Amino acid sequence: MTPEQIIPWSIGLPLLGAFGIWITGKSPNLRETVTLITAAIVFILVASLFDNVSAGERPSWVFGEMLPGLSISFVVEPLGMVFAGIASFLWIITTVYTVGYMRGHHEQNQTRFYICFAVAISSALGIAFAGNMLTLFVFYEILTISTFPLVTHSGTPEAKRAGRIYLGILIGTSIALQLVAIIWTYTLTGTLDFTPGGILEGKVAPVMVSVLFALYIFGIGKAALMPFHRWLPAAMVAPTPVSALLHAVAVVKAGVFTVLKVTVYIFGIDLLQATDAGLWIAYMAATTILLASLVAIKKDNLKARLAYSTISQLSYIILGAMMASSLGILGGAMHIVMHAFGKITLFFCAGAIMVASHKTEISQMNGLGRKMPITFICFLIASLSIIGLPPFGGVWSKWYLALAAADTGQVIFVAVLMISSLLNVAYLIPIVVRAFYNDPDPETHDDHNDQDDHGHVAVATHHPSDAGGANQWKIGNLREAPIACVGALAFTAMGCFVLFFYADRIQTFLLPILEGTNG
Amino acid sequence: MITDHLVVLQIIIPLMAAPLCVFIRNANVTWALATIISWICLVISITLMQQVMATGEIIYELGGWAAPWGIEYRVDMLNAWVLVIVTSVGAMVTPYAKSSAEKEIDNDRLYIFYAMLLLCETGLLGITVTGDAFNLFVFLEISALSTYVLISMGKDRRGLTAAYRYLIMGTLGATFYITGVGLLYMQTGSLNIADLGKLIPDVADSRTVQAALAFMTVGLCVKLALFPLHMWLPNAYAFAPSVVTVFLAATATKVAVYALVRVIFTIFGGVDILEAVQISDVLIAMAIVAMFGGSAVAIYQTNIKRMLAYSSLAQIGYMILGLSMNSVLGVSAGLVHLFNHAMMKGGLFMVMGCVVYRIGSAKLGDMAGLGKQMPVTMGAFVLGGLSLIGVPLTVGFVSKWALLQAALEKGWWPIAVLIVISSLMAVVYIWRVVEVVYFQAAPAGRVAVKEAPLMMMIPMLTLIGAAYYFGIDGTTTMDIAGRAAESLIGGLK
Repeated sequence: MTPEQIIPWSIGLPLLGAFGIWITGKSPNLRETVTLITAAIVFILVASLFDNVSAGERPSWVFGEMLPGLSISFVVEPLGMVFAGIASFLWIITTVYTVGYMRGHHEQNQTRFYICFAVAISSALGIAFAGNMLTLFVFYEILTISTFPLVTHSGTPEAKRAGRIYLGILIGTSIALQLVAIIWTYTLTGTLDFTPGGILEGKVAPVMVSVLFALYIFGIGKAALMPFHRWLPAAMVAPTPVSALLHAVAVVKAGVFTVLKVTVYIFGIDLLQATDAGLWIAYMAATTILLASLVAIKKDNLKARLAYSTISQLSYIILGAMMASSLGILGGAMHIVMHAFGKITLFFCAGAIMVASHKTEISQMNGLGRKMPITFICFLIASLSIIGLPPFGGVWSKWYLALAAADTGQVIFVAVLMISSLLNVAYLIPIVVRAFYNDPDPETHDDHNDQDDHGHVAVATHHPSDAGGANQWKIGNLREAPIACVGALAFTAMGCFVLFFYADRIQTFLLPILEGTNG
Repeated sequence: MITDHLVVLQIIIPLMAAPLCVFIRNANVTWALATIISWICLVISITLMQQVMATGEIIYELGGWAAPWGIEYRVDMLNAWVLVIVTSVGAMVTPYAKSSAEKEIDNDRLYIFYAMLLLCETGLLGITVTGDAFNLFVFLEISALSTYVLISMGKDRRGLTAAYRYLIMGTLGATFYITGVGLLYMQTGSLNIADLGKLIPDVADSRTVQAALAFMTVGLCVKLALFPLHMWLPNAYAFAPSVVTVFLAATATKVAVYALVRVIFTIFGGVDILEAVQISDVLIAMAIVAMFGGSAVAIYQTNIKRMLAYSSLAQIGYMILGLSMNSVLGVSAGLVHLFNHAMMKGGLFMVMGCVVYRIGSAKLGDMAGLGKQMPVTMGAFVLGGLSLIGVPLTVGFVSKWALLQAALEKGWWPIAVLIVISSLMAVVYIWRVVEVVYFQAAPAGRVAVKEAPLMMMIPMLTLIGAAYYFGIDGTTTMDIAGRAAESLIGGLK
């Protein structure tokens, strides 16, 4: 296949896969095989574009004209390549994990779940490869809608309420702000193509640049910049694989990816530097980083804590973009990768704990590390990567972001990044400490009394008798989650470590996105 | 050649078929006849569209009497566009009507129903095709009278009061319109629309002509249900038999919008009337109130047919807003929305027809749990609803894009913001339904229901499918609407 043909195939194949899942829905084994094979082929297809893109090619493909003069078209450039690579690679791992989780957790409507998942991945790839802002917007909205059934999967009143917040904020911001920004851009420039160096230079009055830019950045609700962050904690009612792949990787990264795309290819760093349009949003991002971390410390529900951690970490990327410097963009783009591996591991761990021990609250996890050592060691590794300590990947992106802050003379942002790291320590490390050093609570031996008394983010499920069921993997005294879950989370934890050594490769690969800019 | 007479055949064929139905009296035969006729009409309108695209305006002198003395039928891009909308909806409605009407209308009156349906289509096509202002009134009355009958044919007796209300309002509207035509005739001595367009600039300053404009605008705004003249519409749509609602919602108001376009941009096309008497300010204000009021009231409806009716009021607001922008982009946004709204709202009302067919009610509370029992129908509702919201890849998105672009081109920021906010209100009323249908269990008393018959499902899915087809490829519809708008606005210069 030529690179041009790979684009439609990699976006279309998950949809074909969704169809296959629907047909084979009666037989779980066959259905999950179809998912896994689809995921593997999609990744191979996406990966095969890598060499072409790093050699400087920009494969493109046009689907057709949607509105007069505006096409649904795709161009693969390094930034999108990285996002697509991450999303499709982690889809494979998540599928493996999901099989263990969904069966161990006795979830209903699994076929619908796998179908929506496949559609969501397809739209994430559509976002990654989008050649213009209209195409990106189309897939952005499909991603929102296709993930709605996943968020409300359990069908409880709580899920319904979460679904409202999810849809309300994501559709609301995208239509009320982002769409207006897109059409405004189109009336100003007559094009929406992603162009190195931007398309707005000289087309818009300097004062209006910051208004337009703000419409974009706040309109990209998926980036969860405060005050439009509420949907992300709400989305945590979804089954954990959804939280892991979609609400730590595909959906939220689609948001910050869009932020980077808009910054680099619509406005261009030079224009933003000249007008300082992003500066006040950078302060918003810094505020989000700190506030979300503080909220995370207060959350006892593990998934809620991770959700606020994600909000905080996403704003690192937004901050990188808003500083409008090459280093900031690079740091932000690298953080997409680094955070993806770290956060998906943390969510995998949270799900594994839920499946094996039915615990959702951190206060219940005393001594749990002794029963689930692998899970909690991986949790520690991922935490260290999120905090930004060597030898894990997360250190590099934070390094670049701090350099960018120092470089642009915004010392305050350096301070924010440092304080945030401390806060990360404060909300992640105690979990591991509690699990290994505290003695187990006597009454928590009963697996079935773990009602969520906090009334927020927790999956309300019934736990039928699990004695000897599919929810545990027993080795001696250990009670780990099913091997599919543990394998997946160990793998991504390894990834955090491996990425430490490959940061320069990613950086070299990403450098061409800054073509056409001076600084 | 028969192709030369297509314009008049478009009217004559359904007009002749209607009384035939009354003679035949057999429900099945009349249904088959109506279906065939509606498809013939579709073929004719598409052929006319192709002719117009190839050779430009078609002029047909009735009885060979030259205009402005005789009546002429005139089809340009705009008329052809509206003809296609009406006939394609008609062609979808007649097959759908078979099961739906049998359920909701007394079976011994079915032949009257088909006769009236054909007559109504005749009237709507006549309004569209005629080039004569008085003739337009005649067809307006043909369509209105048959509509009153259609609305009152259901088993729900509230349909009678709804029809009566529409009768009063509709008659007022038509009277206003004909008063306006009379005043114009008094001043110019002509009834031919194109001829009036040439004569009016010389007398535009006279009070008589301005009063004529006022009368015609108000009259047509009653017919197209622009706020605050919309009072007849919600009950008429809610209590009419479902298939009638589908047909009316997708065609009747659209044709009335067309007539208003003709008045403003062709009869008064020689003077920039929207600017000259500031009629556009009034229309814009009313359109915006309709956009918000319609959506806001829709949110609180418990009868979903009524909810969709209020949503229609809001959508009519978009059309009028686009038209009153008085720019090529704005007018084409309004015109493209005629078609787009017909597809999605027709599809949505068909969904409700299927629901009524199975559970005998359009109340939200009764629809609980239908997501599992009628998955295809409810899936169609979600898809149609997404189009009303204006999600990309739907026709609703194409319309919204065009309208926003037109507003921003003029630099009308507040209007753009209002358009966006009001379109988000659709999220609320659509999602209310989605939650009940998918998240609530079916009421204990109701027996499990199946999907509606295939004859209803296929037209429904076709319209919803069209809402996506023309949303993914909006170039054809935007191109036609753009050319129609250019010829209308071009008339000013």
